Amino acid sequence: MEVIRSQKRTVSNDVVSTPTLPLYLIAPHMEVRLEEFELFAIDRLRVLKGVSDGLARARNPNEMDDLVETLWKEHMRLSNVSEMINKDIISHFVLRLVYCRSDELKKWFLSMETALFRHRFRLKKIEEQRAIVGEFGLPYKAVIGAELESLKERLGLVARSHGQISSDVENIYYKVPFEEVPDLVASRRVLLQKGFAFVAGTQLVSLVVTQFRSHLSKALILTNRKWTTTIREREKDRLTPIVEALSTSYLGPDYSQSNEYADISLKDIDQVSKSSFPLCMRHLFEKLREDHHLKHGGRMQLGLFLKGVGLKLDDALAFWREEFTKKVGSERFDKEYAYAIRHNYGKEGKRTDYTPYACSKIITSAPGAGDHHGCPYRHFSEDNLKAALSRMGLSSRGMEDVMDKVRNRHYQLACTLTFEAVYGTSCDTGINHPNQYFEESQKILKSKTPAAPV
Amino acid sequence: MTREETETSGEDMMIDDPKPKIENDFNVHYLRIYYGNLFPYTDIHKWLSYGHGTCLFTCLSFFLSHSLKSFKNASLMEAAIKSNFPYKIDIGAVYSVDPDKRHAYAQSGTNLFTPVERELVFDIDITDYDDVRYCCSGADVCSKCWPLMTVAIKVIDTSLREDFGFKHILWVFSGRRGVHCWVCDAKARRLTNEQRSAVAEYFRVYKGNENNAKKVDLMGHSLHPFLARSYVDFLKSFFEGELQATQSIFSSKEKYEKILGMITDEDIQADLRGKWENSARSSLSEEATSLLRWEQLKKALQSKRNKALSLRTCVEEIVFTFTYPRIDLEVSKQMNHLLKAPFCVHPKTGRVCVPIDPNNCDEFDPLAVPTLSQLIEEINSGGLKMDVDDDDSDSSLLGKSIKFFRSSFLEPLLKSCKEEIESSYKTKIAKTKDSFSW
Repeated sequence: MEVIRSQKRTVSNDVVSTPTLPLYLIAPHMEVRLEEFELFAIDRLRVLKGVSDGLARARNPNEMDDLVETLWKEHMRLSNVSEMINKDIISHFVLRLVYCRSDELKKWFLSMETALFRHRFRLKKIEEQRAIVGEFGLPYKAVIGAELESLKERLGLVARSHGQISSDVENIYYKVPFEEVPDLVASRRVLLQKGFAFVAGTQLVSLVVTQFRSHLSKALILTNRKWTTTIREREKDRLTPIVEALSTSYLGPDYSQSNEYADISLKDIDQVSKSSFPLCMRHLFEKLREDHHLKHGGRMQLGLFLKGVGLKLDDALAFWREEFTKKVGSERFDKEYAYAIRHNYGKEGKRTDYTPYACSKIITSAPGAGDHHGCPYRHFSEDNLKAALSRMGLSSRGMEDVMDKVRNRHYQLACTLTFEAVYGTSCDTGINHPNQYFEESQKILKSKTPAAPV
Repeated sequence: MTREETETSGEDMMIDDPKPKIENDFNVHYLRIYYGNLFPYTDIHKWLSYGHGTCLFTCLSFFLSHSLKSFKNASLMEAAIKSNFPYKIDIGAVYSVDPDKRHAYAQSGTNLFTPVERELVFDIDITDYDDVRYCCSGADVCSKCWPLMTVAIKVIDTSLREDFGFKHILWVFSGRRGVHCWVCDAKARRLTNEQRSAVAEYFRVYKGNENNAKKVDLMGHSLHPFLARSYVDFLKSFFEGELQATQSIFSSKEKYEKILGMITDEDIQADLRGKWENSARSSLSEEATSLLRWEQLKKALQSKRNKALSLRTCVEEIVFTFTYPRIDLEVSKQMNHLLKAPFCVHPKTGRVCVPIDPNNCDEFDPLAVPTLSQLIEEINSGGLKMDVDDDDSDSSLLGKSIKFFRSSFLEPLLKSCKEEIESSYKTKIAKTKDSFSW
């Protein structure tokens, strides 16, 4: 794959091996535009994260089929088929680079790509499935004629043992070493004879998925080797930063539109800040109340967060004015600060509706002297952090767990543990965004006391 | 490459029995003599070398000293065992690197100390059948319940050969109350944990715990051919024959209630219960009573067979519950599980873990297996050669077992290993030849 900057992309003919479901066996010879390099990968990542979410919620296979179909249409569809296939292939290989770099990343990618492949395969018609089996170059022959006749009775028994009423057997069976279909062997869904399993056409998915997984697993090891020995250094000014950013990129909701949980009124805001704000925002809020001022970084971080939380522009202006005028006076406020607030809400200048910062952005910010923004788990001293956590209500045991994560630089996990300790519940998805923290918190509090204000 | 014995540390290896107490029959002095003169070092070493002449980094664990050693050849292994006088020897997997050095490799982050090869093993223990045997319980075993092991061997052995195509299978008496199975084909040794798990699950039928009355659930409109064959060839006749004679599973109320609980139809249950309560004081023998009641049960189910799907396989389910093999799944699923070596001595019984011939397993009597003290006495009474040779060894207690081990297991295995090494060598040569062609 060659990454280029030119506008036109040339596609060689030998790229498209399978019409609709590529096997990613070899890296394609094609030119890819730099922008596509990143964008395609991000779209595929959205699909994989959707798959991950579906699996985490224990969706059954049919539900997963539907989910995959929806996700694919939503993120990977393009105007023509060959463009779609190119995007499919390119995005897969880019993500290989991203996810080959550690055992943990490899494991996740392998699981998700295998699941994605499995369900895309299941959605195909039987003829297409057979073609795909052929693509793998598997040496398994179909069992036909006299051999099939001799097995028919027992094949019928196998089918009946799994709920089929008639003794009919399918037309084609594949003779496959039993090691290739462990799940079918374990559930006794195949006939075994002298080390071979007789796999029906409708059971092909098991066979193919095993192959896919095995192949991808080996490929990731090779990719990792290539990455560490040549690619990373060679591409350090071009592709490497993109690759490194992709695995940590935030792909969740951007909280630019507030939802039903987020009708905050000014009169509740102090209480809400204590009950539902994550530590970073709570700190900024407290400092604002205390100093009647925040520097630019803090205004952006807190201001956008409040917008995501549902604070309307008018309320926001009132809120900031109330504080700032205690220090700088109302004319200066109108002149110097109000504009920026309106700007954040998309009412000035470019009219871009700015999105609240995700954790990844906050963690990588660099608060200086007099700043209060950033991520407390990263930027606070250990003592200050402990004091802050204690004010949030953590026990010393809970604090130890959190501090342990902090020392290992897992700042978001530390925040997640804090969340879990404060609300007494587990947060399986982990905290990736301050507004997510807020929403989850509100959900929990509202479910406990439906009528009372929180 | 060398054969290792490994440290029995908890995390990476799993062992069945923790350190056992010394029983009368089993003392250090006798052990010394046993391992000094009778343990078949050469044969075991040949086995574990699989034709390579030296063993690869195989994990052997000795119970008394928890140390790791490498053995380049049989005499070194012999010397080490003799100087250590183990309680028992466990065999584990072949590892990728010298187990002695595994901590050094751990620095790099990725785990290089991984199992590479390991026989496919099965462990069947009669205590897993306690809910269906009435003569003994716990660690005891007798001639009435041992046949359960015999049936288990037949079912599993047949399936390993017919269904999975394995050929080099060694069955060993575990020394007290069960059997172990070692499948040593090259294909079997290379199975991944996932594949081992698949084989174990294929064999699994009984899913019991105290909470459900029905522990065997054979759903569907027919039995899988493997189960059908097991039923027809072994289980049915065993159930209707020997089992009734030895266990009389219908002869008391407590016993037959257990079986009635497996019938999902309340009416049939009540009907049979009524019949059997009335005939409680019959003059028939226990065995005859059991057989009669079994016939009655079958007849009752037959009449209602077509009415409910769950009744169709009820007869088979009952038979399977009482007779089908119950393997210890965990032992088979993981490569790093250690298993007692053949020909070592069981610490609690003093009996030697001798091989069992699957083709003659009906003849095997666990209570007639030579004990350590019997063997020592044989030596003391003179006339026993120190080395067990092929010609006239049948007379000694252990000789027959060793001879069987050699002729029916070791020799065919080594022959096949040799063939494999030769053919892979030939392929290698052919490949290098090709690389010179343009």
